[in-house]
Formats: sequence, C-alpha cells, structure tokens
Amino acid sequence: MESHSVTLDVRRLVGRFSLRSTSHVGRVSYLLLEMARAVPEWRIWMPRMFEQASNVGYGSLFIVGLTAGFAGAVTSLQAGYQFTGSIPVYFAAGVIVESIILELGPVLTALVLAGRIGARYAAELGTMRVTEQIDALESLGRSSVSHLVLPRVIAGTLMLPVLVVFADLVGIGAGWVAAKGSLEMTNADFTYGAQYFFKTWDLWYSMIKAFAFGLAITIVPCYMGFSTQQGAEGVGRSTTAAVVSASVLILFLDAALAKVLLKT
Amino acid sequence: MIELKHISKRFGDLVVLDGVDFEVRQGETVALLGPSGVGKSVLLKHINGLIHPDAGEVWVDRMKVGALKRKELSRLRSRIGYVFQNGALFDSLTVFDNIQLGITDEAASEDEVYCRDRVRQCLDHVNLPPETAHKYPAELSGGMRKRVGIARAIAGQPTYLLWDEPTSGLDPVNADIIDSLVEKLDDELGVTSVVVTHDVRGAFRVADRIALLRDGRIRAMGTPAELRASTDPAVQQFLERDLTIPVAH
Repeated sequence: MESHSVTLDVRRLVGRFSLRSTSHVGRVSYLLLEMARAVPEWRIWMPRMFEQASNVGYGSLFIVGLTAGFAGAVTSLQAGYQFTGSIPVYFAAGVIVESIILELGPVLTALVLAGRIGARYAAELGTMRVTEQIDALESLGRSSVSHLVLPRVIAGTLMLPVLVVFADLVGIGAGWVAAKGSLEMTNADFTYGAQYFFKTWDLWYSMIKAFAFGLAITIVPCYMGFSTQQGAEGVGRSTTAAVVSASVLILFLDAALAKVLLKT
Repeated sequence: MIELKHISKRFGDLVVLDGVDFEVRQGETVALLGPSGVGKSVLLKHINGLIHPDAGEVWVDRMKVGALKRKELSRLRSRIGYVFQNGALFDSLTVFDNIQLGITDEAASEDEVYCRDRVRQCLDHVNLPPETAHKYPAELSGGMRKRVGIARAIAGQPTYLLWDEPTSGLDPVNADIIDSLVEKLDDELGVTSVVVTHDVRGAFRVADRIALLRDGRIRAMGTPAELRASTDPAVQQFLERDLTIPVAH
C-alpha cells in the first residue's frame, strides 16, 4: 500500500515537472516570437536601449573590473605555485592569458552580471507586472515587449562582449603584475608566453561565449519578471529564480560551447 | 457596443467565470457589482483582450477581440480607456509622461504643443492643478494617483472607458469625488462605460444599468429601479448591505 502511494507520488511529480517545463518552453518561445515581431518598431526600443546599455555597461565597470582583476592575480599566483622546477616560466604567462580569455573573463563577467543585471531586470519587470503597469501599457495599445523587453535584451547582449573585453584586459593586466611580483617574470617572458599560446580564434571564441551569455542573462530574467504573480513574495521568487536559472544556463552554455566550438 | 457571449475562465482549479453573457449598449454606463474576488476585474480585462477567455467570445464594435491581429488589437485598445484599481501609474515617469503615454494617436503624441495642452486639459478634467504634471506618482496621495490614472485613460479620447474599482481604498469624501468624476466624464465625453465596483451606493449613482456578478455568472441585470425591485434573495441580500438610505439616480 505504502509503495503504491510512493509510486503515485513519483508519477505525479514527474507529471507536474513535465507540464511545467513544457509550459515554460512554450511561453519562452512565445516571448521570443513577440521579440522578433517587435524588432521593426525600432523607434520605440532604440532610445530605451541606449538608456539600458549605459546602465549595463558603465554601471557594471567597477564590479566587473574588480572580479577580473582578482581572478587574473589569483590565476597568476596559482600558476606560480604549480609551475615549478624545469617548466619554463613563460608557460605560466600562456596559462594566465588563455585562462582569462577563454574561460574566466566571459564566465565570471556573465555570472556577475546575472546577479547584477538579471536580478534588476526580473525585479523591475516583476514589480511592473504585479502593480499592473504592464497591463496598463498594453491597455494603451502599446507593446510591452518593444517598450520593456527588447531594449533590455539588446542592451545586455551587446554590452556583455564589451565588458568581457574590458574584463580580459584588466584580468591579464592584474595577472601580469602579479606574475612579475611573485614569479619574478620579466615583461619579455610574459609577452613571449602570451603570444606563444595565443590564437586569434581564442578572441572570437570569447566573444561568441559572451554573446550567448548575454542572451541568457537578459532573456531569462525578462521572462521570469514578466511571469511574476502574487505580489511582493512573487517578485522575490522571480528574482531568485531568474538569477539561479541564468547562472545555471551560463554554466551549461559554457560546457556546450566548449564542446562544439573547440571540438575537444 | 460591447458583447460578451458565454465567457468562461478558470485559473487552475478555480472557476472564475462560468458562461457569462453581458452586453453594454452604445453611450450607456453599466455598473458591474459583486463581492470582492468574484471575478469582476477578470471580466473587465476580457473586454480589451488583457485576458483571453477559455471559452466564449468577446465582441467590441462588431470585432471579435480574440481574432484580432496584433496591430488591430492595438488600435482597438487605443479606443478603450482603462482605469486601473490602484492607478497602475509608471512609477519611473512623471505625471506628465504618464498622461502623455495615454495619447494613443501616434502623430499627436509626437506633437509637443498638443501633448502639453492635452495633459493640462486632462488634469483639469480630473480637478488636478497643472503643477501636478511635474510630480512623480510616489509624491501623490491615493486619491490623486487614481485621478492621474483617469487622466491617462481619457488622454487618448477613447470611445469606451473601463473603470476597475474606481473608489476602492478611498475615504467616503474622496470616493464621492471620484463618483462625481465618473458621472461628469461620462456626460462630458459621451463615452460608453463599464464600472466594476463593490460599492453599491456608487453604482446606483453613476449607472444606467447594473449587473450583479455572482458564482461566475450574471445573477441579475437591469436599471437601478429594476434591481431595487428584484425579488431575488441574492440580489436583495447584496443590496441591503449598502442601500439602507435610498439613493436617487
């Protein structure tokens, strides 16, 4: 009897999970379709996009720079710890630069922005949903997607690659300084090592990742914010769900893009 | 003309509307009465397509709302002013910008002089001084926010006005002011109105006809006099709570 009810519970759980997942996929697809339809309405989304881009870009410089700087310095110190004995010191420079360009720059920047921008987008749109501001916009015959979603998605997606380039530069700079201090590496060693392992494709790979992460940290929170229900508690739930989902998606995309683009 | 035919709507297991038939003729003001949480606002949101029915049809000016394309729906909505229960003002925008968003004609909304005049006119309609235009919603009282919401709803010169609980949460004096505004605007602008309310006295004051929504259906519909004369115990029970003092229409 007991095992029978446990089986039923598992079935119910699986059923509920499948229904909810299918519903999310359907609604996200519908939002994407609405975004595509809103693209020609550039006179509405373009000015708002610049406003959002300034907030995402300029407003995130400090936290992105701080994160990348520490990541670069720590990578350098750990490389110094690992690269001992007969390994040439310029190898460490290659590891520092490649780690930052290929992985740390894009992933850390995206995770930081998932918290900063993702939470903000979900909370803003969620509050607008529960206070009927989104309904008010639509009741005036205006598209909430072109006024609210598209400017945020485009701004975030365009600004993330720019911030990743900034993070790469700060990270490499901090790594360089730390390498000079702890590994007694000369500038010539660092530039030689960095160039020895560097390929132009690495930069493209970093930008493709940044672009994909940009879509993840904007579309997911906008969707979560738009789907908010039940007042302040709902806004809190949407914000948490947006940050967690966007972060998980970043990690999945990171693994998938590494497999597909690096052909490993 | 607004027609709702056999509208049904459920949220999860909760059946909110169960085959509602409802009609509003051109130029009249219909009050939709009912206890809180009975689905009055849900019904109202069907009219401009903010909510879609699970079954049934909504027709406005002989157009089936559910079958309209994106742009057609947008055009229809621009002719329907909607006054939200708590104002639903955009809190990051000033009162001026909020009302300007209500100017739904694209050419007019880009004409600065027209917008300035129209915002001033709308503020005047709702008895607010022109200085209010520069304030943010957070700087206004509840009654003023409702009036700005009304100003935004009439800014686009709509042919229909949908009022969602215009007096809820207000003290009797402010509720009276809003009721006078509903009457005044209906007369001055010649719009067709649907007023959702649980304030029986207010409904008897402003409406040409009154409908009572209960258990997911329209339980009774008629002129205030017809409703007052109704022998339906559910109607009497609802009216007796608030109509202890006779109100002349």
